[in-house]
Amino acid sequence: MVALTVVGLAGTAVVMTVRTDRQAVALAAFGLSLAVLFMALQAPDVALSQIGVGTAIVPLMVMLTVRKTRQSR
Amino acid sequence: MSRTARTVMFAAAGGAVAVFAVLAVVRLPAFGSPYHPYRDHAFLAGVAHDTANLVSSVNFDQRGLDTLGEETILLASVMGVSVLLRRAEDEEEHDDRSVGWVLDATRLGGYIILPVTVLVGFDVITHGHLTPGGGFQGGVVVGTGIHLMYVAGRYRSLERMRPTTPFEWGEAVGAGAFAAMGVAGLLVSGAFLANLISYTGFGQLFSSGTVALLNGAVGIEVASGVMVLLAKFLEQAIVLRRREDGEK
Repeated sequence: MVALTVVGLAGTAVVMTVRTDRQAVALAAFGLSLAVLFMALQAPDVALSQIGVGTAIVPLMVMLTVRKTRQSR
Repeated sequence: MSRTARTVMFAAAGGAVAVFAVLAVVRLPAFGSPYHPYRDHAFLAGVAHDTANLVSSVNFDQRGLDTLGEETILLASVMGVSVLLRRAEDEEEHDDRSVGWVLDATRLGGYIILPVTVLVGFDVITHGHLTPGGGFQGGVVVGTGIHLMYVAGRYRSLERMRPTTPFEWGEAVGAGAFAAMGVAGLLVSGAFLANLISYTGFGQLFSSGTVALLNGAVGIEVASGVMVLLAKFLEQAIVLRRREDGEK
């Protein structure tokens, strides 16, 4: 229940963040809280993919895209 | 199609999905309750095929065709990114590949954790049919683990560690091996993805027939896919710049 609340709060934080680069960091935190929720629901394999994809790969892609778009401006 | 027509179409389709989803969810057995017919059937089928990790049994044996579909989606998206992020005519490489200043502690942490992470990834792939995890999870761990080199501030070393071409091949070979094993099952046993290898004992390293092999194929595909994907993004963000004289 605590993990679910944290997921809700983190998700709201992602939506409320205005700047895209900060949003990527909030997204990583949201992904991590989701992984904790999956662990609490006894799904360690899903939590493992969530840590890899949700907290590492996707935020990194967002950051790199932000960096690229700033360069070309 | 006009904007109104699109909105109407979305509202109709989305509404239908929402209604059916709610109807389906309210009829599900309660979470954690003893009555769960699907679990009971899946459990017996998994044990009968010597697959200790029931999730892998569902993913690669009982619902193997679904997993083939998912792998194809991954293959398609990696191909899409590769095509989209290829070097454009007005772009060129530049030599400045420094990624800025990195804390010594971060650098050391990256060096220490990198081999451990990659090893854990391989462990998760090879034991995918025994313990939680599998080809997808292990592949993601290996694929991201390598990029600790970038976190440690060594982009050049990362480029040398993972030349893109072999991993583009790995992506295709992994996906192809999965499909080929499916066709082999069709030819030998008359059913797509049917098991080809005899079951040799519950809980053993080589025990679950084709499940372990399919896990390996998916592991190769996902690890290669993640590496190609991140390589293309990193190349765009760090290496490629628009040619100065190309503009006006």
